[in-house]
Amino acid sequence: MYPSRFRYEAPHSLDEAISLLRDGGDYVKVLAGGQSLVPLMKLRFASPEMLVDINNVPGLAYHRADSDGSLRIGALCRHADLERSDLLKDTQPTMAAAAPLIADPLVRNRGTLVGSLCHADPQGDWASVMTALGGTVIAQGPGGKRAIPLADFVTGPFQNVLGPDEIAVEAVVPPAKGARSGGYLKLERRVGDFATVGVAVAIETSGGTVVRAGLALTGVGGSTIAATEAAAALNGKPLTAETVAQAAELAAAAARPKTDHRGSAEYKRHMVSVFVKRILGGTAGTTGTTGTTGTERAA
Amino acid sequence: MTIVYDDLGDEAASEVPVRKIRFTINGAKKVAEIEPRLLLADLIRRGVGLTGTHKGCDTTNCGACTVLVDGAAIKSCTMLAVQADGHEITTVEGLASASELHPLQEGFRQEHGLQCGFCTPGMMLAAKALLDHNQDPTEEDVRWALSGNLCRCTGYQNIVKSVLWAAEKLRAEA
Repeated sequence: MYPSRFRYEAPHSLDEAISLLRDGGDYVKVLAGGQSLVPLMKLRFASPEMLVDINNVPGLAYHRADSDGSLRIGALCRHADLERSDLLKDTQPTMAAAAPLIADPLVRNRGTLVGSLCHADPQGDWASVMTALGGTVIAQGPGGKRAIPLADFVTGPFQNVLGPDEIAVEAVVPPAKGARSGGYLKLERRVGDFATVGVAVAIETSGGTVVRAGLALTGVGGSTIAATEAAAALNGKPLTAETVAQAAELAAAAARPKTDHRGSAEYKRHMVSVFVKRILGGTAGTTGTTGTTGTERAA
Repeated sequence: MTIVYDDLGDEAASEVPVRKIRFTINGAKKVAEIEPRLLLADLIRRGVGLTGTHKGCDTTNCGACTVLVDGAAIKSCTMLAVQADGHEITTVEGLASASELHPLQEGFRQEHGLQCGFCTPGMMLAAKALLDHNQDPTEEDVRWALSGNLCRCTGYQNIVKSVLWAAEKLRAEA
């Protein structure tokens, strides 16, 4: 299968890339890892006139902690870089849990976190993780940079708010207010399949009390679901069997699953509750940075 | 190297963007003039003529087209050939020396790691990427590293054994 014919440019700077986007025509796409865009182009679901390949732009393949404690992930940081990252293992339990569960090892070697957020697949794992963490996307255009909270960044399935001349150059996770814990659990039929159910939980505790909670759900609705009521039920409280059970119930209530070949709506909703309990059960009563990761396979 | 295109008439042909790329494949330096929409798998198979890289699903699922680009295992059906400009590619043809099989190839023979053989080149390259970084993998490490490669014959058991066999051989040689 071949994509339709397109013009290909591989600039060596962001300024050059942005000029190409501005002047390149009506339908120009940025190519980073290409693990969603290239398959879509092969199937002719996408037929851009021009591709601006940013892989030759230096200085985008990083992920690092800033002095204020925020984590910055560059547009060319691959899933595999995050999977192998000691920084994530030590400081970002939810992200460290999700990184090995993205697609499969071969796709992880090329695909990028920022590209995944831009692609805005309602089934995308990173979107849930970044929603739970309260992350933002930094867009750069001819007029400079702007920060867009993830909740505002995605406007619908496969749609984001980037202007035609803007590039998402970075994703940012804000600094923690307390000790981070949490995790990501994904129910999938096999490696590489979309999540039947995915649950991201990001908790920050201080003095035994939750000072920030974020929960988000993958695969149980037409978009990434921020389980805000479940998060609110944990805020300002200790993690106990009661608060965890309440959060699990509220998260399940926030799910909008549909019955399909991956399972019944009832089953998926139940699994949301199970996963919340499993992640929070793994963190209750512990201090410091802990995480829960894992997949379960079901036919 | 020759790639034959449809004759679209001179006017249409002038619209076709062609780019010159330089890359290394199994140690040999190459130059190619290609359309940007050519996929790496097709450059390897039809351009260079190395048909050991297989195309199975062509939809980024099966991993039969796995090759190494600068040492990292990737799906060559999901990378544009033009993106290989300046990079180093290893295919299954690059594993054996003139006189000897690579320990991975020997392992697949010893442990009966293939039946039809279609997925085998991809399996071997994904396994090579693992063994290049991890000389003493556990069974779980091997299963994890091969989880993007599908086999419809073997049930994976013997593939995992083959890779562990190769790891042991490589350690003994080191």
